[in-house]
Amino acid sequence: MTIDMTRFYQVFFDEASEHLAEMETLLLELDIEAPDPEVLNAIFRAAHSIKGGAGTFGFSDVARVTHILETLLDRVRKHELHPSVEIIDTTLQAGDLLKAQLAAHQQGTEFEDPQIAAVCERLETLAQGDLPAAESVSPLVDPDPRTWWGITFNAGLLEAPDREAGLVAALAELGELEHTPAATTPGERLNWRLHTAAGREAIVEIFDFLCDPSEVEITAMGQAEAAADADEAGFGLFEDAPGAAPSSGDQELDGFGLFDDSPGMEQVAETAARQREELQQGFGFFATAPGAPGADPANAESAPASPPPPSGAAPRRQPGGVRRQPQGESSIRVSVEKVDQLINLVGELVITHAMLAESASGLDPVAQERVLDGLSNLERNSRDLQQAVMSIRMMPISFVFNRFPRVVRDTAAALDKKVSLRLIGEDTELDKGLIERLADPLNHLVRNSIDHGIETAQQRIEQGKPETGEIVLAASHRGGNVVVEVSDDGAGLDRERLLAKAAERGVALPDNPSDKEVWQLIFAPGFSTAKAVTDISGRGVGMDVVRRNIEAMNGRVEIDSEPGQGTRITIRLPLTLAILDGMSVRVCDETFILPLTVIRESIRPQPGQCKTLAGKGNVVHVGEEYLPLVALHQLFGLSVQQVAPEASILVIIESNEGRAALQVDDLLAQHQVVIKSLETNYRKVEGISGATIMGDGRVAMILDVDALVRLSRKTS
Amino acid sequence: MNEDSQDSTTVNSEDSREYLTFTLGDEEYGIDILNVQEIRGYDTVTKIANSPHFIKGVINMRGVIVPIIDMRLKFDLGEVEYNQFTVVIILNITGRVVGMVVDGVSDVIALHQDQIRPAPEFGAVLDTAYIDGLATLEERMVIMVNIERLMNSEEMGLVDQARASAE
Repeated sequence: MTIDMTRFYQVFFDEASEHLAEMETLLLELDIEAPDPEVLNAIFRAAHSIKGGAGTFGFSDVARVTHILETLLDRVRKHELHPSVEIIDTTLQAGDLLKAQLAAHQQGTEFEDPQIAAVCERLETLAQGDLPAAESVSPLVDPDPRTWWGITFNAGLLEAPDREAGLVAALAELGELEHTPAATTPGERLNWRLHTAAGREAIVEIFDFLCDPSEVEITAMGQAEAAADADEAGFGLFEDAPGAAPSSGDQELDGFGLFDDSPGMEQVAETAARQREELQQGFGFFATAPGAPGADPANAESAPASPPPPSGAAPRRQPGGVRRQPQGESSIRVSVEKVDQLINLVGELVITHAMLAESASGLDPVAQERVLDGLSNLERNSRDLQQAVMSIRMMPISFVFNRFPRVVRDTAAALDKKVSLRLIGEDTELDKGLIERLADPLNHLVRNSIDHGIETAQQRIEQGKPETGEIVLAASHRGGNVVVEVSDDGAGLDRERLLAKAAERGVALPDNPSDKEVWQLIFAPGFSTAKAVTDISGRGVGMDVVRRNIEAMNGRVEIDSEPGQGTRITIRLPLTLAILDGMSVRVCDETFILPLTVIRESIRPQPGQCKTLAGKGNVVHVGEEYLPLVALHQLFGLSVQQVAPEASILVIIESNEGRAALQVDDLLAQHQVVIKSLETNYRKVEGISGATIMGDGRVAMILDVDALVRLSRKTS
Repeated sequence: MNEDSQDSTTVNSEDSREYLTFTLGDEEYGIDILNVQEIRGYDTVTKIANSPHFIKGVINMRGVIVPIIDMRLKFDLGEVEYNQFTVVIILNITGRVVGMVVDGVSDVIALHQDQIRPAPEFGAVLDTAYIDGLATLEERMVIMVNIERLMNSEEMGLVDQARASAE
């Protein structure tokens, strides 16, 4: 059984983190002045689902925190408590704790921190906040939901030999049963007594198997029947016997830890809800203080955190609050590995098709019409298939963006600044792998913007800007790339300070550096312009890591800044890690792929445009710049002879090592190529970032322009 | 040519193994057949920049990029022309796929462990560090090569050394 459960752990962790993320988003969206009941319900549902799962899988510490959290949220959603900033803050904190706990469980350990107790206590205090004295006592009115039922029926029902045993067993499952053995005389009436939390329907259902329910007389004893019925409505889910409740389907789901709401809950009368609420508190909340009638709320507040209910029982006893997921949103979880395998296979299919098409190109179009038709169909289908498979890996960027309202809120609060966040283009889709790796750099950039970019409210007013600074996170598709922008309306970069810092650190700079060159300084390792090191930034280890991370994804970073107007950082990323838009170029007899993102332009140089610099190799005069000439055939040792630049084509490339002119013999075509690693079976080759398979089945190398520029600098 | 082929061996003895023999120049070599993935003809390769001369380049083998080594160049047996009889043995060395160009594949032999004699220091084209021993087979001498050690060695330049030592 244990092995079986562990198989589902991952699903639980995935779901729980989704619920937590959703809860956080909703909390941040929540308008304290006029809370939307739907949102409050959704927050409660998220907490509830986590608790259910945690209970089922035996993560009692998670269940405990969520239980307390849920109690608070339940009161809020029933408008018994008005949401306050404090409640939201504490709930967010609890969410963080839960994340830590879940992470620890994933590692197979348990997260222990005094904070847990502190946060739980605060949650409890808050949950009791508006509780009037009378209500705090009310759980005492009926701490025991069980009632005595009298069951009277004809002994003839038990004539069959094993009927009596079956009936006794079934009733005993509902609660405590006092029964008299069946008499031998068939006509006799039997009087049994049952002490149970289950309602009349549950008992009737059992007798349903035996006879017409009208033959059985069931009466509530001790309490008025009406009250007992209300009780039953409120506690339909409290029953322990599977299938005992009228809505047995839901009961069953509950048993499996799904905790969906029972449909009937929607129509529960106000009184029943009230009572349920009290009872719930009676179970979990006031368990230690049942004997404190008349205790004032202040007293209750100062009481130590009450021990939570036993974890295993907690989820079962909870009245369901989760609405069933809409049927339309069905999805399955598939491991990324399987998807990647699929992508690879489809890539092969496309290549195989290209090979077939090439061999078929010599066929007579009239005589072989059917073959050629089939081939063109195959092409269309395999392209569609490729796109469809690729789209599996695509996810909306909102997966990263959604964490930023929280980041901005916390960071701004820590720095005592007023900052609002605007998200644009959250639906922009990109590769899942990229999304995961984008989170850290973006986090850095956003925090930097708040810390260094946005001024304090005071300064902003003095400068005639709105008091609240704004950070915009925007994503869009632009020509086969995904562009993510982080912009703020803050102070902008300080050119003078950057230059001074560069001089201080001895960073080499041209005499009259352009703004772009100055802005690039902030990406240098250890470079920080923050006047003081804070928790948030200023240690100078941020931006170089950001750039390295982005470059590892085949992306690039650009900065625009205007003093007093703000800073905009633009990240350009390929749509996916697996596919590259490239230009195929010919050098001698070899074909290479040049990533399109690095190409600025290509020129056929005029005589005299290329000059030789003593000891520094060749340079090309393009526009107003002198660019180093990178001769591929020399670097790769493809030809011994010097090829005059005038006889070839120069591709102006933009690398992180600066611009350069790449000398190639010919530009062939533009392709989308599937990136294959050379290192799987070989080793890293300098100047080559990978390989791909061309339409004719041959291998072509993908050039790594940064390394090429470095390489050419070294050799010249 | 995969693991299954061992089941069909006619030799029953526990410690006998099957070897694929190939020729390089005048010498005959044997390698453990479990390292052999397949045998194919020579295809045009894509050159790799700044690689040792014996690494001919890479080929596309059903979507996998496989480097091709010419053993005849590696061991200075002179330039040999590539023709339709040139054979490439595709090896699988601890998960890495490598192609090896040889003069010809001769046989699959089953050898008992005690049929393999330790190799004396001798002037084979191969360093004795990569030789497990010598076997005699119907008057022929077969040099048993430890192909895993050879392919992972520094002098082949197939593996980044940092990675190789980590493995």
